[in-house]
Amino acid sequence: MLRALTVALALLAGAAPALAQNGPLRIEITEGVIEPLPFAVPKFVAENSGAGGLATEIARVVAADLAGTGLFREIPEQAFISQITSFGAPVQYADWKAINAQALISGAVTAGGGQLTVKFRLYDVFAGQELGSGLQFQGTEDGWRRIAHKVADAVYSRITGEGGYFDSRVVHVAETGGKADRKKRLGIMDYDGANVQYLTDSNALVLAPRFSPTGDRILYTSYETGFPRIYVMDVANVGKRELPIPPGDMAFAPRFGPDGRTVIFSLTQGGNTDLWRMDISGSGAQRLTNAPSIETAPSFSPDGSQIVFESDRSGTQQLYIMPANGGEPKRISFGQGRYGTPVWSPRGDLVAFTKQNNGRFHIGVMRTDGSEERLLTASFLDEGPTWAPNGRVLMFARETQGASGESSLYSVDISGRNLKRVPTGGGASDPAWSPLQP
Amino acid sequence: MNLLAKSLLLTAALGLAACTNPNRFGGNDVNLGGANGAGLGSASDPTSAAYFQQSVGDRVLFAVDQASLSPEAQAVLDSQTNWLNSNGAYTAIIEGHADEQGTREYNLALGARRAQAVQDYLISQGVSAARLKTISYGKERPIEVCSDESCYSRNRRAVTVLAAGLSG
Repeated sequence: MLRALTVALALLAGAAPALAQNGPLRIEITEGVIEPLPFAVPKFVAENSGAGGLATEIARVVAADLAGTGLFREIPEQAFISQITSFGAPVQYADWKAINAQALISGAVTAGGGQLTVKFRLYDVFAGQELGSGLQFQGTEDGWRRIAHKVADAVYSRITGEGGYFDSRVVHVAETGGKADRKKRLGIMDYDGANVQYLTDSNALVLAPRFSPTGDRILYTSYETGFPRIYVMDVANVGKRELPIPPGDMAFAPRFGPDGRTVIFSLTQGGNTDLWRMDISGSGAQRLTNAPSIETAPSFSPDGSQIVFESDRSGTQQLYIMPANGGEPKRISFGQGRYGTPVWSPRGDLVAFTKQNNGRFHIGVMRTDGSEERLLTASFLDEGPTWAPNGRVLMFARETQGASGESSLYSVDISGRNLKRVPTGGGASDPAWSPLQP
Repeated sequence: MNLLAKSLLLTAALGLAACTNPNRFGGNDVNLGGANGAGLGSASDPTSAAYFQQSVGDRVLFAVDQASLSPEAQAVLDSQTNWLNSNGAYTAIIEGHADEQGTREYNLALGARRAQAVQDYLISQGVSAARLKTISYGKERPIEVCSDESCYSRNRRAVTVLAAGLSG
C-alpha cells in the first residue's frame, strides 16, 4: 500500500523537495511519472444554520484546487460509503480505505454576521492517522473562496512538502474586439479565474502588468498620455500615478525589485532601448545597459543581486544575466532560435522564457546558467510565462492563429504536464502571478 | 479590399487621439482627424493630409526583425520629404509597428527602431526635427489580421501620420 502513496512529478535534477516528512502520505515531486493521489473531500460540516451553502461550496473549491494540480484525483461523492457528519467524531478509516481514498479532508464551517470560520483536518487513510494538526481559518463570508484556497494550500503543502499557490491572484490584460481593433484593460482575478475585476477602462492601451513583491501594487505600461509610459497602481483603491522617468521616446517593461521600491524598466531614447533602474519615487535613475541593441524584459533574481533580461546584441533575441547594478552581461541561452521574456523563478533555481523556433513558440525553463533547457509547450504563439508563488507552475498567454485569433491564459507545471486553459471569461494576455496572499 | 477605408479610419482615430492629447505635440495640435476623417481634406487637394496618405504614400515596410530602409522605402520617404517641405504647417508622428511573430516588449522596441529609422531619414533629407515625433505600437495595432506573410509584411510598417498646427 505504501507503493501507491508516492506520486512523483518530473523536476529538474538537483532541486530536491524542500521538506521531508515522516508520514507516509506524501507526494514526492521528483523525476518520473505517476498516478495522481486519490483523495476524498466530503461536504464540510455546517456547524450553524447559516453555513450550509458555504460548507458545500468550500469543499468544492478545495477539491478543485487539489485536482487542478494534476497531482491529486478526487473520488466522487457517489462512491462514498460513509459521510462525515460531525467534525470531531472518529474517522471510519475502513470506509475510506475501501474506496481507495488515500487522503481524506474533513472540514466544518460556521458562518454568520458576515464572518466565517472554517476548520479542517487531513487524514492519511491507509496509515490510519491524522497528517498534521487540525487548522482553523477565519475571515469574511464574501472572502470564502480565499479561505477554501488556504485550506487547499495547507493540504497541498503537507502532502508535497512544497509551498502552496492557490490563495493567489493573477493580474492580466483583458482583451475584447477583433485583432485589428483590440481593446485592452487591466484585469485582476483569483488564480483559478474567479472574482475577475477590471482595474482600468479600455480607453488606453495597457501592457504587461507586474505585481509588487507583496502584491499590493501593480506596475504596468499605458498609452494614456498618447505615448507609452510606466504607471504604478495601488490594488486596493485602484489609484495610479505615472512614474517620473528620464527623457525618452517611451518607457515600458517595468518590474519591481524584491525590495518593493526598486523599479527596473526599458527606456527608449532615439529609437534605442536600454535597461534602467530607479527608485519608485523617481529618484536615483541609473542606466544599466548602454548598447545599440534592444535590451528589455528584465527580471530580478529573488535575492535582488542579479537581473536576467533579453537582448538582441548577438543579432537575435537571447537571454543574459548581469549584476543588478549593471555590469558585463553573461549570455545564458544558446539553443536554436530566439529567446525572450525571461522570468526568474521565486525559488531562484530556474528561468522561464518564451522561445521562437521554426515558426513555433514555446514556453520553456532552464537553469540560471543556461543548462538543462526544457520546452514545456508548443503552439502558434505562446508567450510571457509567469511563476506561481511556489515555483512549480507557470501561467502564460496562448494566441490562436488567423483572422479570428484570440488570446487566452494557460497554465502548465514545470514538468510540462497538466497543461490547461485558465478561465477568464474573455480574451486575456500578459498574466502576472501574485505572491501567496497573507 | 477595404484597405484604404481602413487606413483612413486609423488615421482619423489617431488624429483624434492627437487632439485630445496635449502631450503629443506640446499642446499645439490642431485636430486633423475629426469625426469620420473629415479633417483629412480632399484627396484632390495636394496640400491635404488625404493627398499625403493616398498619393505621396504615408508608409514604408520592413523585412522580418529589421529596421533598415529598402530602396523602395527610401523612395517613399523622399516623396514624403518633398511634400513635408512644401507643406510646412504640418507636423508628423511616425508610428513604428511589428508583425505578430514576436514577443510583446521586444516588438515594442523593434517598432521604436523602425520609427526612428524613418525619422532619421526624413531629417537627413531636410525635414526639421522639430516637426517629427515617433511612437511605437509594437504588435498592438495590426492592419492586416491573417497569420501569414502576406499580412505580416504589411504590418511590419512605419506610418507617417500628419498632424497640424505646430506654432512658429
